[in-house]
Parts: sequence; C-alpha cells; structure tokens
Amino acid sequence: MLDFALSSLLRRKGKNLSLVAVYTLIVFSVASLLFFVQAMKRESALILEGAPGLVVQRMVAGRHDPIPLEYAGTIAGIRGVAEARPRLWGYYYEPVVGANYTILAEYDGTGAQGVVLGNGVARTRRLAVGDLVTFRTYRNESLVLPVREILPQESELAAADLVVLSEADFRTLFDFPSGRATDLAVSVPNPREIPVVAGKIAALYPDTRPITKREMLRTYDAVFDWRGGMMVVMLAGALLAFVVFAWDKATGMSAGERLEIGILKSVGWETSDVLLLKFWEGAAVSLAAFLAGVLLAYAHVFLLSAPLFEQALKGWSVLYPRFRPVPAVDGYQLAIIFFLTVAPYTVATIVPCWRAATIDPDAAMRS
Amino acid sequence: MILHPAVLALVVSSLLQSAMLLFASWNGALILRGWSPGSGSERQLALERRNCLVSSVVGYALAFQLLSLFFFLFTADRLHIQLTGAMCAAGTLNANGYGYPALLLKTADFLLAGTWLVVNHADTRGYDAPLVKTKCRLLLLLAPLLFLDAFLQFRFFADLEPDVITSCCGSLFGSGKGGLASDLASWPAVPAMGLFFAVLGATVAMGVVFLRSARGAVLFALLCGVTFPAAILALVSAFSLYIYDLPTHHCPFCVLQAEYGHIGYLLYAALLGGAAAGLSAGALAAFRKRGSMAAVVPPLQRRLVWTAIAFFLLFALAVSFRIVVSPYRSG
Repeated sequence: MLDFALSSLLRRKGKNLSLVAVYTLIVFSVASLLFFVQAMKRESALILEGAPGLVVQRMVAGRHDPIPLEYAGTIAGIRGVAEARPRLWGYYYEPVVGANYTILAEYDGTGAQGVVLGNGVARTRRLAVGDLVTFRTYRNESLVLPVREILPQESELAAADLVVLSEADFRTLFDFPSGRATDLAVSVPNPREIPVVAGKIAALYPDTRPITKREMLRTYDAVFDWRGGMMVVMLAGALLAFVVFAWDKATGMSAGERLEIGILKSVGWETSDVLLLKFWEGAAVSLAAFLAGVLLAYAHVFLLSAPLFEQALKGWSVLYPRFRPVPAVDGYQLAIIFFLTVAPYTVATIVPCWRAATIDPDAAMRS
Repeated sequence: MILHPAVLALVVSSLLQSAMLLFASWNGALILRGWSPGSGSERQLALERRNCLVSSVVGYALAFQLLSLFFFLFTADRLHIQLTGAMCAAGTLNANGYGYPALLLKTADFLLAGTWLVVNHADTRGYDAPLVKTKCRLLLLLAPLLFLDAFLQFRFFADLEPDVITSCCGSLFGSGKGGLASDLASWPAVPAMGLFFAVLGATVAMGVVFLRSARGAVLFALLCGVTFPAAILALVSAFSLYIYDLPTHHCPFCVLQAEYGHIGYLLYAALLGGAAAGLSAGALAAFRKRGSMAAVVPPLQRRLVWTAIAFFLLFALAVSFRIVVSPYRSG
C-alpha cells in the first residue's frame, strides 16, 4: 500500500512538490525558532552555572544603591554562609562607538595594573594588548590605562562588552564612595539552605534585596520561552495560511485523480482501502516535509547561527556577541513541532480525503 | 499565562481535537437517528459514508489525545523551573485548581479513547458494521469529556502565574501532611507492594483462564481496572522509595525526570497500555455474538488480553529490577 501511495504521489509531481515545499518551509520556521530558543536557554543556564547562589543588593526608595561593606561581615557570620564577597560593577557609556560597556572591578587586591577587555570591546575600538585606552571619569577627567589582556573569543556571549579594572581605577572612574560596594555575592555551599539564608538576610537588613540563582535562572527561562511563544503566535498567521493551502490542495482533485479512484473502487477497493491509501500519501508528505524542515532548521540554527531570528530573539545591542549555538535537540522539541505543524495538516486533509474516498465509481469514471 | 511554545502546541492541539469531535458528534447523532442497516435507501448509503468519516475523524482526534497525555505531563515537568517552590510536575500541577483535575480527566479520557478505538477497529473488520450505533453512543459520551478536558487544560495554562508560590512534591507527597496524595504516600510499603502483586497475580491468572476457555473477559477487565490504581498506590507508597533510593520521597512525578532515566514514562505507558487493552477486551465481550463480530471479536479479545498481560508484566519487571538493584532496603 505504501509503495502504491508513493507511486501515486510521484504521478502528480508538480502538485505534491509544491505542497512539500510549503510544508517544509513551515516546519523549518517553527523548528528554527524552537531550536534557537532552546540553545539560548542552554547558554544562559551555562553562564549562570558559575554565578553565586545568592546576590544581596541594598535598596533605597525602591532603587538599587551601593551596599556598605560592613554588611558583608555580618552576612558572612550567618550559619551556612561560606563567604560574602563585595562586588564592584557598573555600566559605562562610550560615546565614540555609542555602546555601553559592563565595567567590573577586580576585588582581589592583587593590585594588577591596566585593563582586561572583552572581545567585542577590543574589536570595535581596534585595540590590542599593550595599547592605551582612555575613559572619561565622573569628574570629567581622563583615565588612561594600558590594555593588559583581551578575553578569548569563547567567552564572547558572556563577556563581549566587558571591561575589567582594578578596584582603585573603578572608584576613580565612577567617583564611587569608599566603604561601599555595588552588591554582595554570597556563597552558600548547600543549595537547599539558600532560601533560608535569604530569609535571614532580609530579616537582618530590611533595606536589602537578596536574589537567588534559581530566581535568575527562572527569569531567563521565562524570558526566552515568552519570546519563543510570541514568535509562534506571530507565525500563527502563516500556519493558518498553510492549513488553508493544504485543504485547497487536498480538495482540488484533478479529473485524472477522480478517474484513478473510480477505477480502484470498480475493481473492488473499499472506501476504507482508499482512505488508507490517502493516509499513507499524507504520512509520506508529512514525513518528507518534517525531516527536510527539521534538518534545514538544524543547519540554519547550529551551523549558520540563525541569521533569520537572532535579532528578534537575542535582543539588540551595539556590542552584540558573535556566537554559534551548541547543538541541542531533543524529542520534546520534535513533539512540539509535530503538534504545531503535522497535526493541523492532518486535520485539514481528513474531510477532503473522505470526500475523495467516497466518490461513486460510476460517476467518477463518467466525469 | 506562560507563553511557552509547548503550551501553545497543547492548546492548538486540544482546539483541533474539540473541533473534530464536535463535527464527528454531529455526524454521529445523524447516524444514530437514521441508521437502518437493512435498508438500501439513498439516505442509508449517505449514512454509511458518514460512518467512514466519523471513524476517520475520531480515530485521528483520539490518537492525538493519547499522545497529548504524555506531552502534557512532559510540559508540566518542564515548566516547574519557572514556578516558585515547584521541583517537578507535582508542583506545576498544584499551582492552580485546574492542574490535577485536568490530569485525572486526561487519564480517564486516555482509557476511554483506547476503548473507543478498539471498538471502532472491530467494527471496521465486520462486513455488516454491527457496532455503528454503539460506537456513536460511546462517541456522544466521550466528546463532552474531551471538551471538558480541553477547557480544564486551557484554564490550567491560562491561570499559571510564575509569581504564585506552589508546593514542592516533598510537601505534597509527604507522609502525614493530609490530602489524598499524602494518604497514598502514608500507606506502609510492604502491604502496598503485596496488594499490587496479589492483584497482578489475579489479573494474570484470569487472563490465562480467558485464553484457555474464552470465558471471563468482563472479570478480567474489572481486574485490569483494579490493577491500575493498585499499581499507582504501590508506586507512590513503595516503588518510588527504591527508584529514588530515599526513605521519604514518594513523588510519582520525579520519576519522569532525566535524573531517573525518564523511567516514569515507561512505567506509565505500560500501566495505561495494559489498562486500556484490558478494559477494551471486557467492552468487546458484549458483542461476541453480534453478526459478523462472532468471527472478529474472539481473536481480537485474545490479542488484547495478551497485550494487557504483557504491559502489566513489563511494569512489574521494571519495578522489580529497580528493587533488586537499588541500595535502599526498607525496615
């Protein structure tokens, strides 16, 4: 029966190839989107793997404010906390290239001089190790620093716009008050204790906001899922158009097809046999389009870095990282693609197939 | 509402199923009103064609329904990361009042859909289509349940808010916490396992009796209907301890996670497959002597009984293997 169905499809090459082409395009769009969203979620989870379990920020009038360093000592004394490390970081607008840099201070007290630049910063400013880079401080003075190191390309997604300074240079650049840090990174070895520690910190210092790593992960997950969902909603119009197209193709039978079914029925085929034939035809079309669409989407996302979707899904920035997503495809994503493409196609073709299968052989051969 | 692509896929799929079933129910009602197998009238011929249409449409709709139960479970499991307090699908389903009713109804629909598909399969094998009216009546019974299922699922996803704090499985399925889940978990492990293996033994024995004498299909179906909840009870109160290697963790949803090799999907597929096959064998018993079904139903029932026994034994084998290899020992 499958053999007969395939030869029947091949007899009407033009019609079926156009159907498979449109079907493949739909599967390709949905699959590219899902693969890309999954790859972004994976990247963000990998980045957050090294993040501290708990970050404590000080709030003033509902806004983030520098946190006094003495808070760190008290928090480090809470049972279950291994370390409460002050962090100094901020954003610096660079008018020359119109980009925002993420500025981070090395808080290790090694006193190393010079700056470490992310790959994106070095690329846009055309800087190499040993060059001098100028920043304008908050007192409107020039701060000239030598480039000590440029971060490797592999770290680009996380550190394209990163500039690492010494603590003293950081405080000079932003005129940052001494005795204060941007926030505290609290390390809690047992992850199950993090909510309890967060509760204790909030009770001890009501002016602080503890943020757990799990909350950050959840936010990233929700943001990427939401973006993926929005894109699916935007693709709904195309999906609907495809369903109408499939319905139209299945309904518009040529005289040759009607004659073929008429002959089959007159030589003893039952309606259920013709329905089975139509099922296998539909299955062959769906399988071909599904496989082609998924493979093309795989190449589009994981080999070409999804040029069609990246602007919409990654977000936008002057210093955008260049990266190639790590291939990650699972059965769950394939199931989503199946339910969003194959299911509507199948539903759209049932009634036309039934109409074709219940043709009166006598009328079909006369027409 | 969490706008996850899988949520959209489930909602789209349930809308399609509902539309298909509404269309099929309307055609089914027309068939029920005018079906007259002895007549050769134009109307009867048209109804016979509609019967083909109903079989096709409902066949596809119910096939999607069978798949969507597992897809729903997988999605609930994946969404737990976005909900405060949730550790697995148990927490996601508990995030609002629609999650567990939707899951229970989906499970019941799975079993009923399986039965309908088997009755339909038998009917299409007979030259005189003697089960058409039965099939249409069953469809009119099944369709409202599937509409309710689609509604509950939509409300569950629509009301799912990430800022609502839900409970983790440890507190839902913890002993002595109150509620049905906790009561199941509180059952002592050894009697629960004993009950399951006793019921399973009775089911297999009844299956063998049927295969030898072709009698007792209804009793076999009833026993299959009891094996299913007995297995769930034993899974929650006893088998889960060996799967997690922990004396206090009873969650029936954590078994779905990659950490435990997704073994839960195998266990639930075996249980649902066994129960659906067993119930279908019982449902067909009423039609053994109806027209052409005398030649179709007996071999089909035998195959179903074999299938049910094989699925239940697969479940028993999988959990027994886990008990043997697990370092956990009760008592």
